[in-house]
Amino acid sequence: MRQTLAIAIGGAAGQGVATPGDIFAKIFSRRGLHLNAYNAYQSIIRGGHTFLTIRTGPEKVTNMGDRLDLMIPLNQDSMDRHLRLLTSGAACVYNADTIKPGVAAKGVQLCPLPVSKLADISRNKVAQNTLAVGAALSMMGIGFQALEEVLTEQFKKKGEAVVSENVGIARAGYDYAGANFKPFAWPLPMTGNRYAVLSGNIAMAMGGAAAGVKFYCAYPMSPSTGVLHWMASHARKAGIMVRQVEDEIGVVNMAIGAAHAGVRSMCATSGGGFALMTEGLGLSAMMETPVVVIDCQRAGPSTGVPTKTEQGDLWQMLGAAFGDYPRAIAAPLDIGDCFKIIPEMFNIADRFQCPGIVLCDLLLSEGRLSVDPKDLDFAPVIDRGELITKASAASGANGNGEYLRYKITDSGISPRAVPGVPGYTHTAASDEHEENGVLISDEFTNPTKRRAMMEKRMRKVAGIEAVVPPPVLWGPRDADVTLIGWGSTKGVIEEACEILNEQGISANQLQIRWLMPLHGDVIFDILKNARHTIIVENNYSGQFARYLRSETSFVPDGYIRKYDGEPFMPHHIVEAVKEQLAGNSKLSVPAHEIMV
Amino acid sequence: MATALETPRHLAMADLKGKVDPDWCPGCGDFGVLAAVQKALVELQIPNHNVVTISGIGCSSNFPGFINTYGMHTLHGRALAVATGMKLANHELTVLVTGGDGDGFGIGGNHFMHTMRRNVDLLYIVMDNQIYGLTTGQTSPTSRVGMKTKSMPFGNIESPINPISLALAAGATFVARGFSGEQKHLTELIKQGIQHRGFSFLDVFSPCVTYNHDNTYQWFRPRIKKLEEDSAYDAADWMAAMEKSLLWGEEIPIGKFFARTDVPALHEAEPVLNGGALVHADTRIPVDVTRSFIEELM
Repeated sequence: MRQTLAIAIGGAAGQGVATPGDIFAKIFSRRGLHLNAYNAYQSIIRGGHTFLTIRTGPEKVTNMGDRLDLMIPLNQDSMDRHLRLLTSGAACVYNADTIKPGVAAKGVQLCPLPVSKLADISRNKVAQNTLAVGAALSMMGIGFQALEEVLTEQFKKKGEAVVSENVGIARAGYDYAGANFKPFAWPLPMTGNRYAVLSGNIAMAMGGAAAGVKFYCAYPMSPSTGVLHWMASHARKAGIMVRQVEDEIGVVNMAIGAAHAGVRSMCATSGGGFALMTEGLGLSAMMETPVVVIDCQRAGPSTGVPTKTEQGDLWQMLGAAFGDYPRAIAAPLDIGDCFKIIPEMFNIADRFQCPGIVLCDLLLSEGRLSVDPKDLDFAPVIDRGELITKASAASGANGNGEYLRYKITDSGISPRAVPGVPGYTHTAASDEHEENGVLISDEFTNPTKRRAMMEKRMRKVAGIEAVVPPPVLWGPRDADVTLIGWGSTKGVIEEACEILNEQGISANQLQIRWLMPLHGDVIFDILKNARHTIIVENNYSGQFARYLRSETSFVPDGYIRKYDGEPFMPHHIVEAVKEQLAGNSKLSVPAHEIMV
Repeated sequence: MATALETPRHLAMADLKGKVDPDWCPGCGDFGVLAAVQKALVELQIPNHNVVTISGIGCSSNFPGFINTYGMHTLHGRALAVATGMKLANHELTVLVTGGDGDGFGIGGNHFMHTMRRNVDLLYIVMDNQIYGLTTGQTSPTSRVGMKTKSMPFGNIESPINPISLALAAGATFVARGFSGEQKHLTELIKQGIQHRGFSFLDVFSPCVTYNHDNTYQWFRPRIKKLEEDSAYDAADWMAAMEKSLLWGEEIPIGKFFARTDVPALHEAEPVLNGGALVHADTRIPVDVTRSFIEELM
């Protein structure tokens, strides 16, 4: 089992849960430790309940895990809700002046901090947070130096006095814990590595910058807004035009307009905004103007649960817009992949002149992960496809006759001239058209030409399939159970497999990244010989299971689903697998034990 | 060879002829608008490859197919959003947006309002016939109260919008109205609209001879009165423009209601474009910049 340590900080929105979280994240990543952070929160700006989990360790940490080692409740509500989650070996650090502990399980160390004795709370409103961070780091065996460094960076803008006040408070908490609390049995190690810590939204935004995106527009919608925020705050340095638009209909059409001018153009939204964009997706496909749209899924339908995660938009993506058209859909597997997937998607969208959809979810969008900076490659391969940006003597009106924007080719790809280039004037249309762009929708309808244009566009589907890698099976070949997931569940399923293997149940994993094209034949070949197959997904109806069945006729032995707004924890999957292998169930819906 | 391609050549009316002839009904007001646009481009000598004509959906939105410039025939109501993206990605282009009253004021109303307040540098020509034509004659946002159509057979009970007042209120920096039956006047307004730096709105009475039997050429002719003929009228006076925009009935003003040049166009206000049009920008961001993006996260 991977050695990890998990901290949870609970409080009301506005109480400053994020700051200690950021401090821990910085200290861990600078120590060369990996980390994964997930914040369970509510759609409220002040009040409510927020519960941030940070899990760290020397090996990759891919999910929030099953166990909390340290809890810091910032208010009574957090103590009351979550003390029961702590098991032997865990500790709870809290403000003894304002919070009363409940009954803790055996072996749980209660660590009351006499906050008003250790700090001047009339001067410093968040003294309890800083004291707790100091105490926690002492218990983890981390030298005070690391904390002093981060606090100095954090407060240096506010001046020397503020820095020394905060460092002093942290020191008091650190020393008090050293004298009064038992340290963790496993002091946090140090490695020579250094990691960047980032959210999926930042990763996708930076991935866009790396891909050469020059135009980004959006309407704010949780949980996609982080992409807009990164883009907006880095636009001038990165040379990206960023616009906030009146609605998502405007967003997708504006993005298409910019893309048609010849730049890489991207937008992000969540399910509701995507619904408004769907007609535009069809426009992109029909005009053969590439655009990349990110959908950060949240729990639906309708406004749903804006701050909770789900994988419930798959069929919306598969069916977005009417009519048949080529599209690419991919779901990033983790936060590092959120970065990589964007340039990949742009290359496909550009080469095949069609819309590309990146299907992310709140778990990745707003979660945070340590990523090796080497994996944030700002010089990826860029393939703009057959783009005409300069006048030529050999083609267009200057060459051998009329330029055919929608020329019928074997690949279905027609060279695309951008406005401003002499000799290639043409009109691109959302109506069906012939090779030169003239409409065949109104006066000159023509079944033969319509069929030829449909076939031309749809030939691109085979081309996309040929350049997209099929999925591979991870883990032992001949396993007792094969777990199939897609997108963001990669990490948690991986850890569930590890736990199962340790417990004597051999398990392997098939994680789907490319949803369209699916490579159904390859998937079917992998699964047909598997001993026991279970599809794991974060939605009610088994959207991927239904899709896989429709594409391949494959029906798995069982299903594990969760649709309560919270992500899977490894034990949810482990227990469900055991239940299903024992023949007790074909469908498991694990209950989420943390009340957030 | 390359030099031959780059040599500017004289643009003639024939160069602007589209791949097909317009399929509008004989007598449609849109013919006059098309001719006026072509004439304006010739008079201004803007090379046709530097012009993008963008439309939505409807009879008048078929316009880009009938003129030889770059063109985009987009979704119903979305032309202004597409055109904004086009202009921001390549502000060297002259962007014309053409469409009807249903497309622009009905389904596209939201984009209309926001494109005006953003002052996107383009000319938006609405061929306003006060009816839905391509769907065979239903009430539009500019149909008068009482007008009988297929969708309101007992007469329209909803008040029409006033496109001119709306544009003035939304902050359009050039607001004008033309009439398809007044070619020279219309051509002049189109030229001014193209040359104006910022959002130019041109509402054109473009009679539908098939479905609108109320607002015909004969109905408009005695009513229209050119603002240019009133030497006292000052198109820099927003209040005066607003007052004039409310006139409707026996006297209907056409011409340039309002123009101001002191507001930067959207692309001029955005420093990201200081280095030139995005379409010519380097794909790669300098390494020291990307390194700083990563450093922030460590």
